[in-house]
Amino acid sequence: MSTATLERAKVTAWLQNYGVYLAVVVLLVFNVVFTENFLSAANFRTQLVQAAPVCIVALGMALVIGTEGIDLSVGSVMSISAALIPLYLGAGPLTAIVVAVIAGIVSGLFSGYLVAYLGIQPIIATLALLVGGRGLALVIAHGQLVQLHNRDFLALGTDDVLGVPIMVIVAGVLAVLAGLVVQRTTFGRHLVAIGGNRAASTLAGLPVKRVLISVYVISGALAAIAGVLATSRLAASDPSDVGLLMELSAITAVVVGGTPLTGGRVRVLGTVFGALLMQLVQATLIKHNLPDSTAQMVQAAIIVVAVYVARERSSK
Amino acid sequence: MTQAAERNAAFAGVLQRQGAAVVLVLGIAAAWFAFPHFGTADNLRNLVLQGSFLAVIALGMTFVIISGGIDLSVGSNYALGGVLAAYGAQYGLVVAILLPLAVCSLIGFVNGVLIARTGMAPFIVTLASLLFARGLLLALTSEGATTYKVDPGSAFLWLGQGTIFGIGVPVYLTLLLFALGGLLLRRTRFGQSVFAIGGAEQSALLMGLPVARTKIGLYTLSGALAGVAGILTAAYLQSGVTVIGVGTELDAISVVVIGGTLLTGGAGTIIGTLVGVLLRTLIQNVINQIGTLDSNYQTVVSGAFLLVVVVIQRLLARSRTR
Repeated sequence: MSTATLERAKVTAWLQNYGVYLAVVVLLVFNVVFTENFLSAANFRTQLVQAAPVCIVALGMALVIGTEGIDLSVGSVMSISAALIPLYLGAGPLTAIVVAVIAGIVSGLFSGYLVAYLGIQPIIATLALLVGGRGLALVIAHGQLVQLHNRDFLALGTDDVLGVPIMVIVAGVLAVLAGLVVQRTTFGRHLVAIGGNRAASTLAGLPVKRVLISVYVISGALAAIAGVLATSRLAASDPSDVGLLMELSAITAVVVGGTPLTGGRVRVLGTVFGALLMQLVQATLIKHNLPDSTAQMVQAAIIVVAVYVARERSSK
Repeated sequence: MTQAAERNAAFAGVLQRQGAAVVLVLGIAAAWFAFPHFGTADNLRNLVLQGSFLAVIALGMTFVIISGGIDLSVGSNYALGGVLAAYGAQYGLVVAILLPLAVCSLIGFVNGVLIARTGMAPFIVTLASLLFARGLLLALTSEGATTYKVDPGSAFLWLGQGTIFGIGVPVYLTLLLFALGGLLLRRTRFGQSVFAIGGAEQSALLMGLPVARTKIGLYTLSGALAGVAGILTAAYLQSGVTVIGVGTELDAISVVVIGGTLLTGGAGTIIGTLVGVLLRTLIQNVINQIGTLDSNYQTVVSGAFLLVVVVIQRLLARSRTR
């Protein structure tokens, strides 16, 4: 009897740690067997490119969630970044990108200040920016979609380096950086400690406020980068649509990847696979002619199952 | 000296609770003088009617937030309710009302069961049902391509388009629901449990309050009210519009917070939420009255306003504890 419960606990713990990888592998195998034209370089390219923006935003989200926070403003930050690009593209793609990323950093500073110094709950502080940010982007862009023609800028979304799309490389590099930050830096240790027990961290003399602000700044900057990439891929700046509901996709990727919403733990690789998993689920359903409605309901089920599994572990 | 400090603290407390009401009165007065069209019966009638749909959703959200939870599914649930009502209207008035109520309550009930019985975070459970309800809506409307129309002669339309003494029926229904909500929150055991759970869930549990049952009731109520808002909207628009309700959960949360209900749970009022809804509708209306402003300023102002309210609340709360 007790060995059975022990076994079960072991299985649950294993699922919690490796479930997302297992799910990705299962889906890949399923697709290789049952989906026509799945095993092609072009298809893998498409899947990875489509997952890239969500993955980048989710990395920032994972850090924020690690501090027991949440960043709802990411979608609006993407749209602000998209709205700024056509205004500065005349000065060269690099200037435009820098301006967009600076806007993301400023947004992050703003949310971070509210959370760290004024003590406003993350969900509300970033909700204000979610509501207002997209409006601001639309005001900047006069509510219009702008076609982009700068070849260098569009190359970001279409070109390859050594056969790998630039978008995927950017996402990969950022993921590695995020992993290093969490695993190998003092900042990463502080971040996890603050998420685990903020009061204790303050008493231990950790720079709580500085770390919190930095986390939101990183999330803002990553959202802005995702906005740049999405804009480049679309070959148009579309502030009314880019990044819509991105906060939900990113949170889903993070949670499915095994990072608990209660903070104190960040799983970077899990987050990357969480983003990949959600992308694969969608692609699988589409390729088997299941409509978007089913896709959404399946996603809902996946979220519930993932969190349910994670819960068993944390309650022990 | 201490008396003055006490008076200050008391004043801060009043301001924290009634600040939104003060701003609302000042805002209405300013708009009345600044815009000749604002004070007209037509505009005021419109203003309260526009506010009523969000108010019903926000009523349920108030209960959930007081309990320390959050319900992200209301926007999708609201849209689903509208579609079901318009679909049901072809089978008569009763179906048009009961079908959406049943389905939306059921979704709320499932939220409640998952939250109360498995201990999963409300944020995540209701995020999943946000997706689920939207998916169900799309499945019912051939991926959003079908819009069910309500027959122009249907009695169902009265619910949304009818008027009593010149004021829309939804407004009366909203006031009725708020009155019932106020009674439920203040005068019943259920309401007291909601406050207790939001204040300190562990203590509520130790005191033997029916925590799980109350939570299930809360989320069911929130789902049902989202369904009611959907019914009213379908009757008002004469059809089940599939694209409504995106982001409505966030609107509802922000008006509840503006109304003085704390997101940390344990404190809040129904009347504050009503004030919050009216303030939001007022802001929209004023921006329309100005006319030259880009309509996108609406969301900018709403966001900025939410922020100002929250920051002030926070600072007031600090000054009280000092």
